Amino acid sequence: MAASSMKDIKLRIKSVESTMQITKAMELVASSKLRHAKMRAEATRPYFTTLHDCLTDIAYGNTDFSSPYVQKREVKKACYIVVAGDRGLAGGYNNNVFKELAQQIEGKNVCTLPIGKKAVEYCQRSGLEILTEEYSVAENVSLGDCFAISRMLCKQYCKGEFDELYVVYTNFVSMLSQQPGTLKMLPIRYEREQAKNAAESLTIYEPSTEAVYDAIVPEYVGGLLWGAMAESVASEQGARRTAMDAASKNASEMIEDLSLRYNRARQGAITQEITEIVAGAEA
Amino acid sequence: MATFHLQIVTPDGGFYDGEAEKLIVRTIDGDVCILPKHSPYVTALGTGTTSVVIDGKRRRAACAGGMLAVMKNNVRLVATTFEWAEDIDVDRAQRAKDRAEQLIAKATDQRELELAQARLKRALTRIQVTQI
Repeated sequence: MAASSMKDIKLRIKSVESTMQITKAMELVASSKLRHAKMRAEATRPYFTTLHDCLTDIAYGNTDFSSPYVQKREVKKACYIVVAGDRGLAGGYNNNVFKELAQQIEGKNVCTLPIGKKAVEYCQRSGLEILTEEYSVAENVSLGDCFAISRMLCKQYCKGEFDELYVVYTNFVSMLSQQPGTLKMLPIRYEREQAKNAAESLTIYEPSTEAVYDAIVPEYVGGLLWGAMAESVASEQGARRTAMDAASKNASEMIEDLSLRYNRARQGAITQEITEIVAGAEA
Repeated sequence: MATFHLQIVTPDGGFYDGEAEKLIVRTIDGDVCILPKHSPYVTALGTGTTSVVIDGKRRRAACAGGMLAVMKNNVRLVATTFEWAEDIDVDRAQRAKDRAEQLIAKATDQRELELAQARLKRALTRIQVTQI
């Protein structure tokens, strides 16, 4: 009996060890990808903040300003871009995004544009209306794709196919903390009362304020989406790294525990053998 | 010489942040030149060559899409793509041009044609920037 349990324990140690090798490797891969993703996320921030500042400057500097992108409409339908990962094994990363989405869309008439394989699967499973499944691999979505999405959505928004545009993504707070969040993209928040008729309204717009605004907004939405993508990709790697780190730790704990049990069983087997030999000699 | 503060940012990161003497850029309405003490000015960018004069030296770049904002001697060039002439890979641009031409020949609908034309324009701009 002792011999067979020793063999069992040995086998289990082996299997845990090989699992640990995989989780270790995944952790290392995630760390190296995280570095790149983090750099990318940080590189996009100045672009995005500058663009945002300019747009609000224009909107607030003009009192007689009307663009379809700032006008509030009665919300009959909202569009949600959902950014999640392509693969699991990243702790709560995907689930947190979906929880956030579920909370946001409760009781609303919505359509979705999922980015990432898990997001596509989730939207199909929950029976949500999907605009396109073209972007099912989040890792391959390029800047060009973001602008293509943005142009398409802006066109549909202007046609009135939906009245609000949101993006649900994961905010990369730090290496250890990622926060799911929702960002309203359209209409651009703009309070008429706050519009100031100050020196800024002397700004020259060529060819016209509306033309400038309407040319820039699709760029802005594309840039915003690119930023959200960069944050999400960094978050996914961060979440995966943390999850894999925990898994590796658990595995090494398990191995320790199993080794102890293995040694005990071995000791037990030897003691028994000696007892048998002594008993045999005495007889 | 008088200078103004110029900031060039793209989604891939910042390209320039410092003083400049002159900026020539292609907007959706044609080329404009920004000199120091320009009045507040905002416009959207088209696809074309951009040149910046820094310390008396002219630097060229290929630039596509985005916006230009001049606020109190602070100029912000927010571009979708921006490449300094010396960073452009001519062979790659040439290949992109050939590919775009093929796409235009094959295009079946208006949208495809427009996309391919935009692509060709970007490739041509890149080639042009390196040749001067």
